[in-house]
Amino acid sequence: MNVAATVAVSRIAPAFMLGRLAALPDISGALWLPDERTLVVADLHLEKGSAYAARGVFLPPYDSAATLATLAAAIARHAPARIIALGDSFHDGGAETRINAADLAALRRLQAGRDWLWVTGNHDPQISGTMGGDTAATIMLSGVTLRHEPDAAEKGFEIAGHLHPAAKVRMRGRALRRRSFAISGRRCVMPAMGAYAGGLNLRDAAFRPLLGVGFSAHMLGDARLFRIDPRLLLPD
Amino acid sequence: MAAPSPLPPAFDAWFSSRGWSVRPHQLALLKEARAGRSTLLVAPTGAGKTLAGFLPSLVELAERGRGDEGGLHTLYISPLKALAVDIARNLEAPVREMALPISIETRTGDTSAAKRARQIQRPPDILLTTPEQLALLVSHRDAAPFFASLRRIVLDELHALVTSKRGDLLALDLARLKTLAPQVSAVGLSATVREPADLQLYLGGATTPAGLVTVAGGAKPRIGILDTARKLPIAGHTTLHAMAEVYEAIRSHKLTLVFVNTRMQAEFAFQALWNLNDDNLPIALHHGSLDAQQRRKVEAAMAEGRLKAVVCTATLDLGIDWGDVDLVVNLGAPKGASRLIQRIGRSNHRMDEPSEALLVPSNRFELLECRAALEAVHEAAQDTPPPRLGALDVLAQHVLGVACSDGFEADALYEEVRTASPYAELAREDFDAVVNFVATGGYALKSYERFAKLRQDKAGLWRASHARVIQQYRMNVGTIVEAAMLKVRLGRARAGKAGQPGIITRGGRILGEIEEYFAETMVAGDTFIFAGEVLRFEGIVENEAVCSRAAAGTDPKIPSYDGGKFPLSTFLAARVRAMLASPDLWHTLPEEVSSWLHAQKLKSRLPKPGELLVETFPRGGRFFLVAYPFEGRLAHQTLGMLLTRRLERARMRPLGFVCNDYGMACWALGDITAAIARGALDLDELFAQDMLGDDLEAWMAESALMKRTFRSCAIIGGLIERRFPGQEKSGRQVTISTDLVYDVLRRHEPDHILLKAARADAATGLLDIRRLGEMLTRISGRIVHQPLDHVSPLGVSVMLEIGREAVYGEAADEILAEAEAMLTEEAMA
Repeated sequence: MNVAATVAVSRIAPAFMLGRLAALPDISGALWLPDERTLVVADLHLEKGSAYAARGVFLPPYDSAATLATLAAAIARHAPARIIALGDSFHDGGAETRINAADLAALRRLQAGRDWLWVTGNHDPQISGTMGGDTAATIMLSGVTLRHEPDAAEKGFEIAGHLHPAAKVRMRGRALRRRSFAISGRRCVMPAMGAYAGGLNLRDAAFRPLLGVGFSAHMLGDARLFRIDPRLLLPD
Repeated sequence: MAAPSPLPPAFDAWFSSRGWSVRPHQLALLKEARAGRSTLLVAPTGAGKTLAGFLPSLVELAERGRGDEGGLHTLYISPLKALAVDIARNLEAPVREMALPISIETRTGDTSAAKRARQIQRPPDILLTTPEQLALLVSHRDAAPFFASLRRIVLDELHALVTSKRGDLLALDLARLKTLAPQVSAVGLSATVREPADLQLYLGGATTPAGLVTVAGGAKPRIGILDTARKLPIAGHTTLHAMAEVYEAIRSHKLTLVFVNTRMQAEFAFQALWNLNDDNLPIALHHGSLDAQQRRKVEAAMAEGRLKAVVCTATLDLGIDWGDVDLVVNLGAPKGASRLIQRIGRSNHRMDEPSEALLVPSNRFELLECRAALEAVHEAAQDTPPPRLGALDVLAQHVLGVACSDGFEADALYEEVRTASPYAELAREDFDAVVNFVATGGYALKSYERFAKLRQDKAGLWRASHARVIQQYRMNVGTIVEAAMLKVRLGRARAGKAGQPGIITRGGRILGEIEEYFAETMVAGDTFIFAGEVLRFEGIVENEAVCSRAAAGTDPKIPSYDGGKFPLSTFLAARVRAMLASPDLWHTLPEEVSSWLHAQKLKSRLPKPGELLVETFPRGGRFFLVAYPFEGRLAHQTLGMLLTRRLERARMRPLGFVCNDYGMACWALGDITAAIARGALDLDELFAQDMLGDDLEAWMAESALMKRTFRSCAIIGGLIERRFPGQEKSGRQVTISTDLVYDVLRRHEPDHILLKAARADAATGLLDIRRLGEMLTRISGRIVHQPLDHVSPLGVSVMLEIGREAVYGEAADEILAEAEAMLTEEAMA
């Protein structure tokens, strides 16, 4: 067996189905839709660091670079023809005035040669033209609705972000809390990819109407994803 | 002919009216102060230290004459708000009785805004306050005129202040005061310390050490170690076996202070004593997590003589005079000789009568430790820690504070800061990095210039750029970062249906608060003691730990010991090691302890001083390695984390480890004894000093302890803001996580000044890396390996920590893989 292939495969979890759409969670927190050659990412929160800095809290100004590097690695793994950024891609409306030239250039390089769709979110209801790409409120893809904020009333299949799911488990006396996909029969709530994006525990009441009983958590480990029984999940 | 009195007549009259005569050290301090020299007074409790400290001020103010409003004359700084209030009360008596025209006021967090404003406009002659309030005063817009008249500074309990970041902050503010009021001189009041010279430098300044006045100790204390009629346990920290005897001691004394090392032990001892309290003796509880009002009640009852005993933690360590204590009981090991001397000093405040104290070891190792401490006290040997290197995060806070008042010129402030002894060796580049950090974050990527908090004005002075910056500073001042606390509320859990999390209902009353990290170590169903009852942990909901009352008769499952607070001092550890190595002295130990040591000698071996004993043996299908470095729990925990990493690499498949103050045990699936025998594992390599290189770096990247250390530096340094009660309501996820910041900063700018500050803390703080490093050097080439068929007598004491205390090395994916393996069919559906 080819060793390189093993490594590559281990960074991607097995596919699950949303209706007729196959989807593979990636260790970066992105979701790979091979039939559509589309990579979906959620809650990049670019320029969150500088948004705090503007208020006098000087978080290290490397969050956009770190987030874009994570995204670049996922793109390198899958070579997608299309990227869909599922909202809250920018932490606030001023991001375009604060993003530095190197980070902006890195973003534009990632956009080169592929379609790029910004779905609007509550943090970024409008996307500046300097960021390239096209903008949409929701997207339909092979019978699945992609939107920023999950809609409990959605009767069909849905991929969403917004909630920043994180899961906590405890084994051998040690508790671990990691970003996590939450996947039920008809819905996938994606983890946030932003370097400074916090996580909301999957045991929080906000997830209850969305996930029901039989969901599974795909936690982001250091080398691969781990699929965890929801009954093992702990509250914070 | 008698020499003329150095005191004004009113003072002579006052001393004689009380039947006192002024003491030589009090006069010595007066003389030094008149010459404008700073002085350190080292004296035991009861020597009239406070009066000595204030006498120069009182005399000068009395001589100044009525109606002479000269502004602030004397500043008194105490580590505790309560102590400042207490001293104000004690000072008022002589001032009133001599009818001196002197105004005395306190300034604490409780002082009203109106009074604070008035104090700035019309200062009292003597102001009593805390280091945090001093920092706020120094950063005040009117700091220069306010302090211009200052002549005396009195620093109380100086030995306790200088050992922490609070001491760093105070040193910087002292340096500032000497700039604002060049005529000022300081008096430091201290208990006996190992190196008074360190304190003299701290007090006088790095190049101008203060003078020293020493008062010889009073009567030698009478200290006993409880010779229990019950069996002394092999391990454990509850001292449950001795409670009946402690109760008897309380009964036969007027007022007993029962000291314990942690809040949890206080709870436990309090409950155990009340279980025995057939006489309904008034026994109270005093620790930091109790409601402040509750604590004030206990203190008042003590002062009024209405109590028979108080179970207390370090909150009563410092010199507040609450009542006529005639016995001090120390439950568990004292962990340090100086701490023990301090505690014993709480009993009997007259220095010519002996204090009485009783040490109650909770296990056999602790008996050795108590014995070592006892010898140290009799030799008046001290183990106060070496002086600190000033922390860079504290410096950042100070730099911002100075910028908030008058602004500073960088060269001048650098020189001023280096007169503070903890910062005497501060490199200019570190200072500049700190100023840049405060101004714009100090990142190599200079993208925050336009948001700068500090800007240079036309004259080149660095100033706060905005009123909001000043406000931010004032909200975040101080060096005490409280652990995040959770409210403990009564409630219960309903079991969930298959695949569904259970639902926790709240609605009961709130019992108090526990540390978040303590709650996170528990799983639903664990039982522990809180507020005098046994509770069953149900889960954490928002910012509350929901618990139900456990069924009557339930034993608490979680050991309440938090050994992390005071690790065994290096000094006592060396004495305990020497005791182990001297079998000819064992006959002075209790029978069961000496036979325990003899059994160890027979079945395994005892290390010579300087040696490290490592035992390996099989047990229950696993293979154990037990080492006895005697370096305290924190250093052992770091050692355990690094050793498990190395054993993992050596394919020994380690599963976990435990440690206490004396040793560390880890266990593995691989046969460690066999691997050593065939040369596949080398103990010298396993314990080689290079574990503090790459292994340490790799571990620190994900260590929860390191992240906690970084968080505290980030808060003190002003990178992120403190959370205040009420702000968390919207959920704990909303605030920025310092763990995420740590990850990003570590990867993108590993040399950043804040990471440097965090690493310096890790060396002596929660990770105790410096001590581990010293130990690895000490034992290099001196490891003695003893393969055994089963656990040794000493080993049992360490192994009994197994259970709740077990920690696995922090390889995250291993943990997740294990969780994943528990995936069930239902979840796959």
